[in-house]
Amino acid sequence: MKTQGLFSKSVLGLGFLFLYVPILSMVVYSFNDSRSVTVWNSVTSPTLKWYGRLFGDEQILSAAWLSIRVAAMSASGAVVLGTLAGLVLARFGPFKGRALLQGLTTAPLVMPEVITGLSMLLLFVSLEQLFHAFFGWQFDRGVMTITIAHITFTMAYVTVVVQSRLASFDDSLEEAALDLGARPARVFFRITVPLILPAILSGWLLAFTLSWDDLVVTQFVSGPGSNTLPMVIFSRVRLGVSPVVNALASLMVLVVALGVILSAVLMRRQEQRRKREEQMAAAG
Amino acid sequence: MKLASARMSREAPGRLGPLWTFLFRFGPPRWTEYVLRNWSGQRLVIAVPYLWLLVFFLVPFLIVLKISFAEFSPLGRPPYEPVFRWLEEGALQIKLLIGSYSYLLNEPLYVSSWMYSIKVAFFSTLFCLMLGYPMAYAISRSTPTYRNVFLMLIILPFWTSFLLRVYAWIGLLKNDGVINNVLLAMGLIDEPVTMMNTSFAVYIGIVYSYLPFMILPLYSNLEKHDNTLLEAASDLGAGPIKAFMRVTLPLSMPGVIAGSLLVFIPAVGEYVIPSLLGRADQLMIARLLSDEFFLNRDWPKASAVAIAMLLLLVVPIMLFQHFQNKELEAQKR
Repeated sequence: MKTQGLFSKSVLGLGFLFLYVPILSMVVYSFNDSRSVTVWNSVTSPTLKWYGRLFGDEQILSAAWLSIRVAAMSASGAVVLGTLAGLVLARFGPFKGRALLQGLTTAPLVMPEVITGLSMLLLFVSLEQLFHAFFGWQFDRGVMTITIAHITFTMAYVTVVVQSRLASFDDSLEEAALDLGARPARVFFRITVPLILPAILSGWLLAFTLSWDDLVVTQFVSGPGSNTLPMVIFSRVRLGVSPVVNALASLMVLVVALGVILSAVLMRRQEQRRKREEQMAAAG
Repeated sequence: MKLASARMSREAPGRLGPLWTFLFRFGPPRWTEYVLRNWSGQRLVIAVPYLWLLVFFLVPFLIVLKISFAEFSPLGRPPYEPVFRWLEEGALQIKLLIGSYSYLLNEPLYVSSWMYSIKVAFFSTLFCLMLGYPMAYAISRSTPTYRNVFLMLIILPFWTSFLLRVYAWIGLLKNDGVINNVLLAMGLIDEPVTMMNTSFAVYIGIVYSYLPFMILPLYSNLEKHDNTLLEAASDLGAGPIKAFMRVTLPLSMPGVIAGSLLVFIPAVGEYVIPSLLGRADQLMIARLLSDEFFLNRDWPKASAVAIAMLLLLVVPIMLFQHFQNKELEAQKR
């Protein structure tokens, strides 16, 4: 028993060291006052110089704003489509074409991004030709095409989250509402959506993160002038390590860590409230 | 009456009005009427995500397939000759070239990068498993409070930018990077070890980025194990190692397979990690695809690479879907 505890501790210790040392070193060196990032300048460090540079960097700021807009739009679109797909797969029983739908929703989870990106771009090029031939209408690749591509690969994640949430409880509540005469659409909005709201929210956040983070698919489908944040970071990082990118990364780590901790606290509180209410209901 | 029809459609869920039926039999002018008359709300609910995925996920692959057989014309816009062409006499000409595919099989550059990609993906999966299995096991054995904290710590890096986490390794692995500085200061090495732009760096990057994808399915499997089985094994005289080999390991195989597929499939097509950390003289296949497309503008060849990659990965992808579906079925009570 004792040896097992020791084994667990050392495995987890090493594993988490491996996961967190790179992130921590990135944060530490974002306060370093030296161009060559990895040499610690102990005279003038720590400094907030690079954070100042970051907020004066027009290119990064405008790319970040574009990424936020794209991510918010794609996450919202993905949540609508993904929830519908999850509902269909979890609740609608067997229908013709169900297997294909299941396949189409799980494939993007593992599909290499270059394939998704290339195929989306070729679709958009074909559509461009088609529109041009039939309507004489020229559309440019940009925010619109990036958003469509992001919706397509992020909705798969929402579908899986919603589907597994729906599978975790049976449909007796929905059944009861239908028996009491509620129309299916009403049942969906009054019963199903509140029940799966946590899944929908985490699906939205997941889709937002994936879209915000995506480089490869975006590189394929974006047009001239629409550079998202990962594209800007990638082009800078290819030229070498840049302290401004370190500062940006540290800010992102901070936001994510705060968000995760906050949501954990909120979820815990809600869980406790639910337990208390259950106990009170049982007692009364 | 309304109630009855709602109940009926719940009990006998409508088929998705087969798309081709109404496209071909009912023709364009009447299809709206058909939809209004025959599609219950349920069918519409099915149709919306279905159509989206067909148009934006399935159709693109058919286009890639088509272009992979097209002829490359460097100066064209787009840079390939049409595959289908209406001739004057009212005939449809279909011109399929297999040149791009035979090129893939014969060009040494391509052959070696296929081999390299598969090798890297295979060993990265193995390393992820070797590191991830003990971690998932240890987490599943810890007390509930710690378990949640550990899980959160596993998931947390996943929420931060993938690109930036790969970038973080540049600072560690460089010749004047953190690792070399520490080793030099400790006197373990006399001169910096070259780690950047090597296969080692690619392995580190892939294992680092994909580790959560290995741990989470493994954990969700290991967590469900019944402890009484291990007790029974030890009552019957099995030592801890034997009990693990004969009970825990076989039971965790679905988790091992799911996690391995989740790492292996994207790793074969990994682009960012080898571009930032990897060798310049040995490209992975995704980089070749991207170079072929963006640098050479050879769309047919890039498409052929994509199709070949898809053919290679179709068995693992189907396997993954099989396990994913089984998992979802098992959640139903």
